[in-house]
Amino acid sequence: MIEIKNVSKTFATADNDVEALKGVTLSIADGDIYGIIGMSGAGKSTLVRCINMLERPTEGSVEIDGVDITRLSEAELRSVRRDITMIFQGFNLLMQRTCLKNVCFPLELAGVNKTEARKRAMELLDLIGLADKANAYPAQLSGGQQQRIAIARALATNPKVLLCDEATSALDPNTTHSILELIREINQKMGITAVIITHQMSVVEEICNKVAILDHGVVVEQGEVGEVFSNPKSAAGKRLVYPAGEEDTAVVAGSGKPTIRVVFNGADATATPLIARMAVQTGVEASIAYAATRSLQGKIYGTMLLNVSSEEDAEKAIAFISEREGVIAEEVEKDAD
Amino acid sequence: MLTNAFSMETLMEAWEIFKTQFPLAIWETVYVTLLSAAIAIIIGLPLGVIFVTGEKGGILPLPAPVMKILNFIINVLRSVPFLILMILVFPLTRAIVGTVVGTPATVVPLVIAAFPFVSRLVEGSLREVNPNTIEMAQSMGASPMQIITKVMIPESVPALISNATNAIITILGYSAMSGIIGGGGLGKIAINYGYYRYKYLIMIFAVVLLVVIVQVIQSLGTRLAIKADKRLKNKQ
Ligand SMILES: Nc1ncnc2c1ncn2[C@@H]1O[C@H](COP(=O)(O)OP(=O)(O)OP(=O)(O)O)[C@@H](O)[C@H]1O
Ligand SMILES: [Mg+2]
Repeated sequence: MIEIKNVSKTFATADNDVEALKGVTLSIADGDIYGIIGMSGAGKSTLVRCINMLERPTEGSVEIDGVDITRLSEAELRSVRRDITMIFQGFNLLMQRTCLKNVCFPLELAGVNKTEARKRAMELLDLIGLADKANAYPAQLSGGQQQRIAIARALATNPKVLLCDEATSALDPNTTHSILELIREINQKMGITAVIITHQMSVVEEICNKVAILDHGVVVEQGEVGEVFSNPKSAAGKRLVYPAGEEDTAVVAGSGKPTIRVVFNGADATATPLIARMAVQTGVEASIAYAATRSLQGKIYGTMLLNVSSEEDAEKAIAFISEREGVIAEEVEKDAD
Repeated sequence: MLTNAFSMETLMEAWEIFKTQFPLAIWETVYVTLLSAAIAIIIGLPLGVIFVTGEKGGILPLPAPVMKILNFIINVLRSVPFLILMILVFPLTRAIVGTVVGTPATVVPLVIAAFPFVSRLVEGSLREVNPNTIEMAQSMGASPMQIITKVMIPESVPALISNATNAIITILGYSAMSGIIGGGGLGKIAINYGYYRYKYLIMIFAVVLLVVIVQVIQSLGTRLAIKADKRLKNKQ
């Protein structure tokens, strides 16, 4: 259990003070895959670096299983850091060491004897599917392979938590997918809690169960991924979920017809097509003005805007749609002009 | 006179001197250079490490005044020309070696001239280590000492080797110069015969040998540095 309580971090720079985090409070339960998402400069890296004290918060506390690590000495922190390891966007492998020796590195730091360290490292290389690269150097590996080695290295000391700071941002979509799969596997098999820092919605959607949206150093939304993404309430959340500029009021205003907002909040993705069924059963024909829906674990989340031809149709449509489980429909109020 | 510098007679004479004096001179040059380089590295390496780790925000910050003083001393030592430095350190040389002339005596000024230079080369090499790599080590619970010995130095080995090569060649040049005031080796021969007795041929021999030694050191150094560098992809 990681409890981040009211954490603030201010950097004093030559020109001014940068408030990277402002009173962040989050709690990450054991076994979570917790996503922290936000735009560049939102403070994501700073936040994750506060979880292993690479950065000391200016205010607030970070409790790991009840121990406030902001109060620990450097020496005490070193042992905590064996339990909370980290992988990075740039992999950060030791370029002059073989892959095997890279995986041995944290064990060496912990004073584990050589033969034992090698044995453990080989097991981990096996786990990540790169046992054949044991004696290769990082430069001879692809980015995805390097990140796998970095993951093996991060797992060497049997950590409880794996922090991932933009771990897939330098990788192509397929490789990203395979790395995320590996993280999921580790989470499920070893029960390791993962904290995933990213600026990509797709990463959170793919593996996280919880998410916090960070904006200008403030957590503006947090909760189950489905709930947060289906109906983002904050401006930052909306920007993330509807990157093209949201269900623009322009779309709504321009149509001149009644507009209905349909919010999918975990509706069954396999259910019969909603619009077609509505046309057949109620005779209401709707045109889709805007749609941003995603499917997460077989459920649909997101928003859709429908235009119908009359107020009467609108009422019928809302009544019809609202009967469905996990779907909410409402008429969009128009501005007076 | 240059016109008869290459006559049969002078050639025979030069050959004689070459046979009798050069083996010792080469040996003296090589051992003075390598010994001085070794001692300079022993002193310069930890200093270079301190320059990187001891600064504000480094992994083992030292009090700012300590860093200022260290930097100042190194800069001063580096700005004194070698010949003048040799004379300046006579008292120290006498205290350590017992004399200020002869081959062993030149080791003292050579070390004093070289270690500041070596410390800056080490500093430069270590600064090239990616800060993210150091952060990675910290995130895995490495102590500052472990970061120095297991990350910073091993990761910069190729740069350290190239720079050691540079340092050795520079020291070789200094050691030749030391021939002017009592040092031994090829420098002394070149100066004694070429400058004082106008035996240019001998001087040329000495210079050619110095060139050969530099070439050998440089190509060995380059080869070692490349061999040590595991970042290069197309290499087994
Ligand atoms: N060491 C530092 N000194 C001064 N300012 C800093 C420092 N580290 C971060 N900042 C500032 O804090 C803010 C948050 O930075 P942070 O790196 O946490 O953002 P981020 O969300 O990780 O962004 P990105 O997605 O680009 O990595 C930025 O405004 C940044 O300039
Ligand atoms: Mg970042």
